[in-house]
Amino acid sequence: MDTILFLILAVIAVGCGINVIFQKHPISSALSLVGVMGALAAMYLQLGGEFIAAAQIIVYAGAVMVLFVFVIMLLNAGKERRTSPRIWARWAGPPLLFLFVGAVAYVLESFLPPSGDVRFGGFDGGSAQAIGVRLFTQYLLPFEVTSILILIAIVGAIVLARKEID
Amino acid sequence: MPPLPAEPPLTWYLILSVVLFALGIAGFLFRRNIITVFISIELMLNAVNLSFVTFSYKLKQNDGHIFSFFVMVVAAAEAAVGLAIILTVFKNRQTLEIDEVSSLKN
Repeated sequence: MDTILFLILAVIAVGCGINVIFQKHPISSALSLVGVMGALAAMYLQLGGEFIAAAQIIVYAGAVMVLFVFVIMLLNAGKERRTSPRIWARWAGPPLLFLFVGAVAYVLESFLPPSGDVRFGGFDGGSAQAIGVRLFTQYLLPFEVTSILILIAIVGAIVLARKEID
Repeated sequence: MPPLPAEPPLTWYLILSVVLFALGIAGFLFRRNIITVFISIELMLNAVNLSFVTFSYKLKQNDGHIFSFFVMVVAAAEAAVGLAIILTVFKNRQTLEIDEVSSLKN
């Protein structure tokens, strides 16, 4: 049962991922990416990450993708112009990518110690409570530094996107 | 074809993560629209998050969840700044093709 669920989610994720890079229109790419994020969120639930699954939906599929779609609409981005990549890029690129995937998959399958199977409910340390306790004790400094980072990002975004005042 | 295991091995999740990462690399390198390149970066970040959460399951510790939480936060900040940069580029040049934005070349 878990395997079937995983396979369905994996097919959705990879299908939407392929769609992201083959769609000509940016809005189609963005909406396909929402599909990838949804599938990954369900997968996080399978792996016991309830908090991360919720954050994925709210922050990524919600906020970040709305921002993307908003900018695409705002700029009225049309279809991508057809450009021909360099000849060696076209012929060497995809095989190198397959080589990369194959090499990493080989290393994972042969050198990773047998790590068992994923069972739904096999790990319950991903609740909001458990994450919150770690976040506000052991990881308090990174958390605070991140808040400063966000503040800087907000200011930077406003400065970059504001109307020029002469 | 061997029968499917009842429970998916952990390595399948990691391989899926690699596949998504490779798709992100492909989009990053082959696409010419600046927004689609940015979307590909988000795809790569998501793939890495999946492997963080998977290792977190394996080690039975939630550190991986916290790392992917930070990745999400940084990605959100990055999206805000990056899209502001895209807006500025479009305002100054009226184009979204990365080949035409080449002031730093030469």
